Amino acid sequence: MSESLSRIAKEGLWSNNIVFSQSIALCPLLAVTGTTTNGLGMGLATTAVLMVCNLLISYGRLLIPSEIRIPVFVALIAMVVTLVDMLMNAWLHELHKVLGLFIPLIVTNCAILGRAEAYASRKPPVYALFDGLMMGLGFTLALVVLGAAREVSGSGTLFANASLLLGQGFAWLETTLIPEYRGFLLMALPPGGFLMLGFILAGKRLLDKRLARRPLRNAAIEQPLAENV
Amino acid sequence: MIALNKETLLQFALLRWQRLRRNFDDLDALRQRLDYQTYLLAVCALAASLLLGIGDLVTKEAIAERQAEDLRATLGQVLPEALYDNDVLASLRVIPSAGEGTGLDRTEVFVAKKGGEVSAVAFKMLATGGYAGDLTLMVGVDRDGKILGVRVISHAETPGLGDKVETSKSGWILGFNGRSLSNTSPQGWRVKKDGGDFDQFAGATITPRAVVKGVEGGLKFFERHRQELLTATE
Repeated sequence: MSESLSRIAKEGLWSNNIVFSQSIALCPLLAVTGTTTNGLGMGLATTAVLMVCNLLISYGRLLIPSEIRIPVFVALIAMVVTLVDMLMNAWLHELHKVLGLFIPLIVTNCAILGRAEAYASRKPPVYALFDGLMMGLGFTLALVVLGAAREVSGSGTLFANASLLLGQGFAWLETTLIPEYRGFLLMALPPGGFLMLGFILAGKRLLDKRLARRPLRNAAIEQPLAENV
Repeated sequence: MIALNKETLLQFALLRWQRLRRNFDDLDALRQRLDYQTYLLAVCALAASLLLGIGDLVTKEAIAERQAEDLRATLGQVLPEALYDNDVLASLRVIPSAGEGTGLDRTEVFVAKKGGEVSAVAFKMLATGGYAGDLTLMVGVDRDGKILGVRVISHAETPGLGDKVETSKSGWILGFNGRSLSNTSPQGWRVKKDGGDFDQFAGATITPRAVVKGVEGGLKFFERHRQELLTATE
């Protein structure tokens, strides 16, 4: 069991990462990663939605016929997202002001439907919940990495306005890496997101190739994970 | 004839329940049944709507409160506190204003009073012709038509260029303070590039141009309704 859980973690965070490997969910990804803080907030909100949806769908997996699974999943996901939107607006209002536009965007995140379809509807609740957590954290990682790369190159800061998201205790996160930086506008705009994402994807491929070559020199040859969704 | 007493009714209900329950013994067969699929879809839709309804009821009040707080904060920026002693949020007037420069068919005006007399007003308006659509402004004007403050509430202008209209990015918008239609000529109500009094931003003229024109339109709207607004009674 623990081996399987570590496999889920590895897939979610790295080898089958929603963004870096599956290259889906790019709409919310490019929309919010102008700054690191927005990326982090969006990632955490998505993780919460992903976990709740995976759990519910996994519990109902034996009851849901495959013929009507898509409408059932869509209704469920839309409901959870709307509830999160309302609850955040009511009780996490400062955060909602920053992310307000993006929360409804979670509905357009095909990764949630994708995980429901590919994983949660086939596995028991504990695994589905863990998968939701790991896939969500993997997505958060992608958002934060892309957000940081764009923010540093675009405006020379890192974690600007982090205290709005995480509270005053995290004001120390807000740093200006390059003082007197005039800003590189392209990176703050959507085209910069595409460019930066391209570089990051290429970098990940290179790294994976390196890692794949290494075990060949050792005696034990690890079977690469062929599964791809 | 069977007497309809409590016992037979209970028995009947139990029988029906057992029959219903038996359907769920063989889930594989159940999932194939068309009637089950229809019911399931209906139940899912019903449950989702029900939960959303409950969520709305629970959060409605808190959300309205938060929005009122936001509005109060914005009003506080364009209306100096010393100017009023009433609850500005409550003294709302709606003025029909189609084609009068506020960009809205009906403009909501918040009336600030001190000692029962109108001291200033604030209204939300649209500045049209921005680089990326309309900008929503909150404008505070004193009783003589002089601007107390202007703030951009929402916009979609380019980050790094047009967003200098926000107070967190630059102090440009404070340049409107103290301006009025009488102390600034119609020629002055333009950006410097067009021969007016107001700075534009390096690389972004369209946004400030839209805001300057919008604020001038807002003042014209105030001028037209001044008598009506100043004699406002509860």
